[in-house]
Amino acid sequence: MNNTGSVTVLQKYQRKRLNQRGQTLMYLAFGSIFLLAITVLGTLVGDIAITTNFTQKNFLPHMAHPFGTDWLGRDMLARTLKGMSISIYIGLFASVISAVIAAILGAAAATLGKKVDAVITWFIDLVMGIPHLLLLILISYALGRGTFGVVVAVAISHWPVLTRIIRGEILQLKEANYIKIAGKLGQSKMKIVVKHMIPHVLPQFLVGLVLLFPHAILHEAALTFLGFGLPPEQPGIGIILSESMKYLSLGMWWLALFPGMVLMTAVLLFDLVGGSLRKIIDPHSAQE
Amino acid sequence: MILEAKGISFGYKKGVNILDQVQITIESHERVGIVAPSGFGKTTLCQILSGYIKPTSGQVLLDGKDIHKIEGYCPVQMIWQHPEKSVNPRLRMKDIIAEGDEIEDRIMDGLGIERDWFHRFPGELSGGELQRFCIARALGKRTKFLIADEISTMLDLITQSQIWKFLLTEVAERKIGLIVVTHSNPLMERIATRRVVLDTQL
Repeated sequence: MNNTGSVTVLQKYQRKRLNQRGQTLMYLAFGSIFLLAITVLGTLVGDIAITTNFTQKNFLPHMAHPFGTDWLGRDMLARTLKGMSISIYIGLFASVISAVIAAILGAAAATLGKKVDAVITWFIDLVMGIPHLLLLILISYALGRGTFGVVVAVAISHWPVLTRIIRGEILQLKEANYIKIAGKLGQSKMKIVVKHMIPHVLPQFLVGLVLLFPHAILHEAALTFLGFGLPPEQPGIGIILSESMKYLSLGMWWLALFPGMVLMTAVLLFDLVGGSLRKIIDPHSAQE
Repeated sequence: MILEAKGISFGYKKGVNILDQVQITIESHERVGIVAPSGFGKTTLCQILSGYIKPTSGQVLLDGKDIHKIEGYCPVQMIWQHPEKSVNPRLRMKDIIAEGDEIEDRIMDGLGIERDWFHRFPGELSGGELQRFCIARALGKRTKFLIADEISTMLDLITQSQIWKFLLTEVAERKIGLIVVTHSNPLMERIATRRVVLDTQL
């Protein structure tokens, strides 16, 4: 008796919603555009972020300054954008270096025999065994802090997870029947690598790279917040947050809230982009 | 051509050999059935004979030449039990089949492979359909020995008989040596001219 009703509902449902693949693609596009916008805007704001204006100190958020102003009259929106874009650049740079290290070590562990594998696996365990933040602080401090210290520290402490993934994938591929069969059918080693291995490992690598961003950005911010990272004259997100600490007790909540929210949004968006990318690339979940 | 296994021993664990001093000689007009219960190393023997695994001792010789020293297309081709694992899920069937020798249309027709399957991915074909591709792929011009490890277990009886009928005429015409593993007694009786029984001393 309810047949007609349920059919109508179904049609409405199908007409309204995108299919899952479309939805994933939309997430991906939305996340990427948003992050790109933050980066570009942050790069373009230039000097507004450091220009002081003592006639406009300690303003609450309002139309002219949506994020408010700080104790030196600097526009917090500009500072936040600038800080976020610096964090994204550092994150990008550090995770690319990390990913390249991971690719080289992972491939070496999987292909260069048992001894090399044992050494690399030992190093993975070693780096993973040390508390992350401690390792970051030590490396950054030893390299004299500053941008260089942060980038190196984040870059050389984030490779183990991706290295493990790549090593595992290649080891599994080497044992795959279809790859052994390709060899018996007269395909050269080079052809097997290009035709079978790279198309399989490259997507995993790219997704791993994107998923490294949020880690790198968060760790950069944490390091800077603790005072072992970027110098105070560079308005990194970590600097903004640690400076705002002193003013929080004076009731200036907007100094910490908005930059913190932007940092969190960026990290979540990078995670969303990476997750969507993985869903689309992986043939098992591409249509989900 | 002659495929010889000389004193082959192999074990997955150290000290426990599942194959011990196996001797087989197969000529290229023969059809040999390998008989043994599950877990007695039939598949392992197949993989050793086609050069996928190196035995811990002994040698596999093809016309006197060590099978591991053959470069390029291997004249001993094995068809695996699981067709889904034998093809790269990311490639289309036409690219998969193009990896070996060129396969004549006669073979495709004989195995009942339809033309529109070529543009599909392995995930879009059934196990039986995939296995036909795997059989066709192993029947390249340079194939002299064919090792069939339980290749028809996932097929219905009509398809089974169609495929075996074709395979047997093909093998007879081209004088390809056939090594068959199957649990089906009627099939074994129809195919094999000679049987090798793997026995245990445990």
